[in-house]
Amino acid sequence: MVDFSLWDIFRNLLLALRWTVGLSLIAFAGGSVVGMLLLVARIARLPGAVRGVALYVQLFQGIPLLMQLFLFYFGLALLGVETSALFAAALCLTLYASAYLTEIWRGCINAIPKGQWEASASLAMNLREQLQHVILPQAARIAVAPTVGFLVQVIKGTALASVIGFVEVTKAGQMISNATFQPFLAYGCVALLYFALCFPLSLWSRRLERRLQPKH
Amino acid sequence: MSTQTETTKPFSLVDIRGLRKRFGANEVLKGIDLQIGRREVVCIIGRSGSGKSTLLRCINGLESFNEGALSVDGLALRHGDARAMRDLRQNVGMIFQNFNLFPHLSAGQNVMLAPTLVKDTPRSEAGKRAQALLERVGLGDKFHSFPDQLSGGQQQRVAIARALAMDPAVLLCDEVTSALDPELVGEVLGVVEGLAAQGMTLVMVTHEMNFARKVSDRVVFMHHGKVHEMGSPEEIFGEPKTPELKQFLSGLHG
Repeated sequence: MVDFSLWDIFRNLLLALRWTVGLSLIAFAGGSVVGMLLLVARIARLPGAVRGVALYVQLFQGIPLLMQLFLFYFGLALLGVETSALFAAALCLTLYASAYLTEIWRGCINAIPKGQWEASASLAMNLREQLQHVILPQAARIAVAPTVGFLVQVIKGTALASVIGFVEVTKAGQMISNATFQPFLAYGCVALLYFALCFPLSLWSRRLERRLQPKH
Repeated sequence: MSTQTETTKPFSLVDIRGLRKRFGANEVLKGIDLQIGRREVVCIIGRSGSGKSTLLRCINGLESFNEGALSVDGLALRHGDARAMRDLRQNVGMIFQNFNLFPHLSAGQNVMLAPTLVKDTPRSEAGKRAQALLERVGLGDKFHSFPDQLSGGQQQRVAIARALAMDPAVLLCDEVTSALDPELVGEVLGVVEGLAAQGMTLVMVTHEMNFARKVSDRVVFMHHGKVHEMGSPEEIFGEPKTPELKQFLSGLHG
């Protein structure tokens, strides 16, 4: 049997961590774009958007992410779509993130007083100008903490992609554990890596929140 | 009353005909006819719930109405037509009870924002104009102050400058001093009075009866969603005709 040094374990986990980070970034970027589009559709009251988006949100929030991954991975194959674990996981996490982000941001926008909409409307601004210059800059400040909090959730959620065979840091930890018969060591290292990823984010969110306070 | 004859008379800047507005089963405006001429100062008085604020908010489309017609400077108000609303609102400024300044922008930026976006005014020019407007309301040194660094009276004066920056033909004032401490009311009313003297068309909902008596050309008394009595300040305050107005006026002092 080959002997694994601690460095070997760590090196392999670090290599796999790239995929955890990559998948998180894809999910977060994709989820932000889709979530923002859904939000704007809802605010602009496009026909059917209010109900449609509400249904979409309920659907993705009401089904465990694990089931969504299974359904996407096997469902796409059933439909004859050639799919990889990365593609299925990225698509699934994007939609999942969009459903949560659109709802988080809607709450932030609802927290802006109605008078801000009325004042900007009475100055003849259109919806895009209202959002871009009046509503979103104010909503962004209150959105930072819950958004970064959710990003941390997404990072941890990527662990579930291991069940459809995607090799990210959790899957790598599992493989190392099987090879070394040292599950505590392997999973301990995995846990440390997740913490090293998520903790600075939380710190950063707190700093960002302070920085976005109006300064005089 | 026939409302279908002429849509606009040349002399009325704000033309309201047969305006009806319902909130569910509750009809708050029951057929309002009101024409307001250029350079005229009109005060709307009445009990809370009489529909006066709703009427004011209909003039720039913040409230929709169910029946009737409304036009400002010959432009008809058409809900759902974004282009038409944008054109109309450039003509109609509004000042709110709670100021509604944009808290993330400085006083100067508050004044500059809409002209740069809606009228494509270059930033340097909009900045100069904002400075001039702030000086006009007595706040020339507050360009870089943020709303939360200003008193209520100062905030309301910035809001007036912000509305003026769009060069509106008519200014709507919705209880602009109701949220102010008593000692700050005077500075805001002073600015409004100055605007009236300079020929700005004003439509004001107000509880300041002394002010209404002093500056308005015409006073409108609203009662139960209708224009109940209308006339010069001398007529309305001096010799009220209807018992409802008499009761309203006596209730103010008692």
